[in-house]
Amino acid sequence: METAAPISIAEPKLALSPWQLFRQRLWRRKIAMLGGGILIFLYLVALFAGFVAPYGYNHLDTDNSFHQPIWPRLSGFHLVVPRYESAPGDFVYREVPNDTRPLHVFIRGDQYKLFGLIPSSIHLFGTGDQNYPVLPFGGDQFGRDIFSRLLYGSQISLSIGVIGILLSFTFGMIIGGISGYFSGATDTVIMRLCELIMSIPALYLIISLRATFPPGMSSSQIYAMIVIILSCIGWAGMARVIRGMTLSLREQQFILAARALGQSHLKIIVRHILPNTLSYVIVAATLSVPYYILGEVVLSFLGVGIQEPQASWGNMLTAAEDVQYLQNYPWLLAPSAAIFVTVLAFNFLGDGLRDAADTKSL
Amino acid sequence: MNLLEIKNLKMDFGKGADALRAVDDVSFTIGAGETVCLVGESGCGKTVTALSIARLVPTPPANYVGGEILLNGQDTLKMSARELQQIRGGVVSYVFQDPGASLNPVFRIGNQIKESLKLHKPEKANDAEVIRLLKLVGIPAPESRIKNYPFEMSGGMQQRVMIAMALASEPKLLVADEPTTALDVTIQAQILDLLSELKQRLGMAILLITHNLGIVGDMADRVAVMYAGQIVELSPARELLRRPLHPYTRALMNSVPKLRGDADRLSAIPGNVPRIGNFPPGCRFAPRCPMAKPECSEKIPDLAGVEAGRWVRCPFWK
Repeated sequence: METAAPISIAEPKLALSPWQLFRQRLWRRKIAMLGGGILIFLYLVALFAGFVAPYGYNHLDTDNSFHQPIWPRLSGFHLVVPRYESAPGDFVYREVPNDTRPLHVFIRGDQYKLFGLIPSSIHLFGTGDQNYPVLPFGGDQFGRDIFSRLLYGSQISLSIGVIGILLSFTFGMIIGGISGYFSGATDTVIMRLCELIMSIPALYLIISLRATFPPGMSSSQIYAMIVIILSCIGWAGMARVIRGMTLSLREQQFILAARALGQSHLKIIVRHILPNTLSYVIVAATLSVPYYILGEVVLSFLGVGIQEPQASWGNMLTAAEDVQYLQNYPWLLAPSAAIFVTVLAFNFLGDGLRDAADTKSL
Repeated sequence: MNLLEIKNLKMDFGKGADALRAVDDVSFTIGAGETVCLVGESGCGKTVTALSIARLVPTPPANYVGGEILLNGQDTLKMSARELQQIRGGVVSYVFQDPGASLNPVFRIGNQIKESLKLHKPEKANDAEVIRLLKLVGIPAPESRIKNYPFEMSGGMQQRVMIAMALASEPKLLVADEPTTALDVTIQAQILDLLSELKQRLGMAILLITHNLGIVGDMADRVAVMYAGQIVELSPARELLRRPLHPYTRALMNSVPKLRGDADRLSAIPGNVPRIGNFPPGCRFAPRCPMAKPECSEKIPDLAGVEAGRWVRCPFWK
């Protein structure tokens, strides 16, 4: 008698949850992953800026004004940093042959506070000797290390985008939700207000608003002011889109069902309508972060933003205003490269998120 | 005292000269634990009447011009927004036609049921109670199901979840607005069985809106037949099905296809339901009525009691 062929039981293939599908589609978009990777790297470095930067943001050394970049080089099995010399009053630096110091890791240097709390003086790398500076991106007009200032500046420039988005999108979503849900007169008033705000040229509004604040503000006050001003303008566009989405969502049966359960209007907006707009909001938020970063850059560049000696990408570029400087010391443009990379990374990631969240795409 | 007493309810859409009367002089009652069916063609005012009980029709555009809706003796038309929130879900719960659209797509069903508990039974808003409710409505393996999103369930399961949400607060009255229209026939039977079983067990009253006369026979204690915003016949279900009195009810019953018989075509009522705002003078069914007389178009007939528990809006019912 023949025995029945063994039946092979295939592993049950589980349907993917939308979240798994989303991650799968995002993973397939390499450019978006690249953008995401760059951003993770940048934000990590910004978080540990004090540790990664070899110097403090205000470490002056007029002997190094407009110094060209100094990179450690390999000598035998060690990384060493050469010494440079210049004639007094001249900004041309020449390497002194056979005079180097080894590069150390975890070396003591300028005092800083990690996360603004833990005092420390240990830096990722450095020579520990004033006369042998490491200046990966060169020095600025006061001989400060541009690389260190870039890292300290990224704390401001990168966080301003995220905080600005959080503020303006929260306002935009709630106000847009209220406008769309109640419609009628409420809607008319809110939407006309949005259009009013959107019709004002943002830059002039910011500059004139800035003029109403006292001049002797601390950097953290100025920071808060920039975020608030940018958010005050930014919420209007978001509110308009959310209002449109709310208009269609509120006709859905599950909104009627929520009302039939005795849910209050505010809860219906916050719990039922707004979560349904999140897939759009997340993408829009990612794509809008550059607006805030650039906003801070413009303000600081114009001198109404973050003030010296605090570093931000915008006020570092002020030094690059002069054509003569630019010609002779092109490394002053390093912050613009950082802005370029950051903005591009946000746009890559945002595009990828949008495609991955689009259920019609593969 | 009846649980629900609707007296001469009149509701317009719009105001002034543009007002369109959607519900005209509707009166009926539901006793505690009773099942009443509201029957009629599409667009005859069944749903707005039912939604009016918890005043769920937005005003404007709706405008209540007369009548009372006494729920537990209190007029919901005179209630404040806060009182209405207590009533909604607390005393009267709703189950709608399309379960897929009635659940919020972005929340797990366990959380949605819990939300209903939080509103009306905050002390019981926990997983154990949610699981008990899901068991009550016959969902297998409720422990794992509470983590499901609505789209991960079939239509029948979704409707069970909706019923569980509606029952969470142990309402006195469940309004089911065509709860089975979006489901296929076997699931339809299951859901209706579930509703009658729950009604027995929990002792709640049901207002069932349907245009399926088969359901009426299975479920209803009493039936209200609506046509063009008015109730045309109100009767115990058994008597109505055995001997419909109003010509419209008769026509409806004739339209039900019969298993036996040799008719080539389905019989249908000629013409359409008149458009709201464009009702004919006199009896609104007269233009489509096979037994219409000239005087039918002169005056709207009254809903008159003709036998014990039976009312008919037609003087020529005999």
